[in-house]
Amino acid sequence: MRRLFKLALQKPELASTLLLVLLVLLFQIRSNAVFLSVDNIRGILGLLPETALVAVGVTLLMICGEFDLSVGSIFALMPMTMAVLVVGGWPFWFAVLVGLGLCAVIGFLNGWITIRFEIPSFITTLGMLFMARSMTVVVSGGFPPRIKPGEVPNWIFTGFLDQGGLIRASVLWFAGAALIVSFLLSRTNFGNWVRATGGFLPAAAAMGIPSGRVKIACFMICSVLAGFAGMIQSLRLNSFLPSIGEGMELQAVASAVIGGTSLSGGIGSILGGLIGATLIRVIDNGMVMSQIDANWFKFAVGALTIFAVVGNAWLRRRGRAMKVETEK
Amino acid sequence: MSTPIIETRNLHKWYSGVHALKGVSLTVQKGEALGLVGDNGAGKSTLINILSGLHRQDEGEVIVEGSQVDIRNPKDSMRLGIETIYQYNSMVPLMTISRNVFIGREPLKWSIGGIGILNEKKMREDSVKAIADVDLHLRSPDALVGELSGGQRQGVAIARAMHFKSKVMILDEPTNHLSVKETAKVIGFVKGLKAQGVTSIFISHNMHHVFACCDRIVAMALGQIVLDKPAAETSIEEVSELL
Repeated sequence: MRRLFKLALQKPELASTLLLVLLVLLFQIRSNAVFLSVDNIRGILGLLPETALVAVGVTLLMICGEFDLSVGSIFALMPMTMAVLVVGGWPFWFAVLVGLGLCAVIGFLNGWITIRFEIPSFITTLGMLFMARSMTVVVSGGFPPRIKPGEVPNWIFTGFLDQGGLIRASVLWFAGAALIVSFLLSRTNFGNWVRATGGFLPAAAAMGIPSGRVKIACFMICSVLAGFAGMIQSLRLNSFLPSIGEGMELQAVASAVIGGTSLSGGIGSILGGLIGATLIRVIDNGMVMSQIDANWFKFAVGALTIFAVVGNAWLRRRGRAMKVETEK
Repeated sequence: MSTPIIETRNLHKWYSGVHALKGVSLTVQKGEALGLVGDNGAGKSTLINILSGLHRQDEGEVIVEGSQVDIRNPKDSMRLGIETIYQYNSMVPLMTISRNVFIGREPLKWSIGGIGILNEKKMREDSVKAIADVDLHLRSPDALVGELSGGQRQGVAIARAMHFKSKVMILDEPTNHLSVKETAKVIGFVKGLKAQGVTSIFISHNMHHVFACCDRIVAMALGQIVLDKPAAETSIEEVSELL
C-alpha cells in the first residue's frame, strides 16, 4: 500500500489531476450545476481536441528536452495552405497531405537547425513563429479563402457522432493521436530514446542513441499535430483566418507544464499534457459559467502553471523521500 | 604472445590546435586488467573516447582482435564488444534500472525499421538476472537509477556490460566521489571481471585504487605514454614521479 502511495506521489500528472477534480467541483457549485450540463460539456469538447492535440506534440517534444514556440503559427499555416489549394481546384485529400507535409518540413527544419548549429530550440522556433505566421498571410494573399459549405468533407473531422450532438469526430481524431503518441512514448524503444535524450543527453549519446534524429522526429510530430489541430478548428468554424492560433504556443507549454512535464526534459506524460490542456479549457469555460470576469482568465492560467509546478515538485520530493523497505 | 584484444598504433588527436594525443601505441591482452593513470589533460579520456566511439582519431589505427577497425560511434564500439562505463554518463537517473540496462539495445517484440514494441517482461527478468550476476542487491528493477548510490550505479553499468557479453570493459574514473565502502565495492566488481576473464581498462586519478585491482599500469602525460609496466614491477612512487 505504502509502495503504491509512493509511486502515485511520483506520478508527474498527480497534482494537475487533483486540481482538475477540485476545479470541476468548484465550478459545478458556483455555476449552479450548469458546468456539467450536456450543453456546456458539448462546448468544452468542441474546443478541447484542438488545443489538446497541440499540447500532445509539445509535451512529447518537451520530454525530449526541446521547445517549440512555432506551433501557434503552424496551427494557422496548415489550414490556410490547404484551403488555398482547395480553392485553387486541388483535391481535398491531396491538399491535406500537402499541408501536413509542409508542417513536417517545418518541424524538420526546427530540429535540424537546432541540432546542426547547436542553438536553443527556443530561439529556432521563435524565429519560425514569425516566419510561419508571415507565410500564412502571404499564402492567403491578404484575403481569407472561402470554401463553400459541403465543398470539403468537414464531417469526417468535425461532424457530431451522436444524435444528441455531444461528441464530435474531432474527439476521436484527438483520442487516436493521443493514444498513438502515448503508446510510442511508453511502450516502444523510440519512447525510451526520447526519455533518455531529454533525461540525460550525455548518457543517451554514450549509449549510441541517435539523439539528433530522435529530436528531429519529435519536432516533426509536434509540428504535424499542430497543423492537424489547426485544420480541425478551421473546418469546424469553416473559416480560414491567418490570425488563428496566436498565443497558442504558450498555452500548449503551460498545458504540458501543468501536467507535470519538466522544463528540463525527461519527465512527463502525454496524459499529463492532456490533463493540463483540459484544466485550461475548464478554467476558461468555468469562469464564464460562474460569472467571473473573463479578464482574469490569463491570470488564472499563469497562477495555475506556477502552482502546478510547485505542487508537482513537492509531491515528487515527498514520494522520493518515502522509504518503502530497507535495502539489503 | 597471443593476439591482443585491443591495439592502438600511433594515435593522434588534435582539439582546435591542441595536440591531445601524440602517437599513442598501446596493446591490451585478453583477460588483462589494465590501469590507465595520468593527470588532467594527460590524454586518458581522449584515448578512451576514441575506443568508445565518441571521438575519432585524426591519425593512427585501432585494431581489435587482430583486425583494423573504424569506430565511428558508440554503437560500433559496442558491436566490437567494447563497453565504456563513465563516471557520470552511463545512466539516465530519471529512468528505471531495467530501462537503463537495455538503453539503446532494447529487446523488441515486434519492429519496423528499427522502431518497435518493447519486450518489457524480458527487460525486467534479464535485468534482475544481470544485477544478481554481479552480486548486487537492489530492491526492484523498477526503481529509478537516480535513487541509487554511486557504487550501485557503477554496479548496474557493469551488470549491463556483462549481460551484453562485452569483451572489454573500460571504466572511466569509476571511483570518483565515492565513499570508502562504495569504492571497495567497485574495486570488487573489477576484480570479479578479471575472475570471469573479461578484459578491463581502469582509468583513475587515484593510484591506490588502480594498484588494488590491475595487472599492468600504463601512465600517460601530455598526450604520451610515459610508463608501461606490470603492476608488480612498479610502484605508486615511481608512477607519481613520472606524472
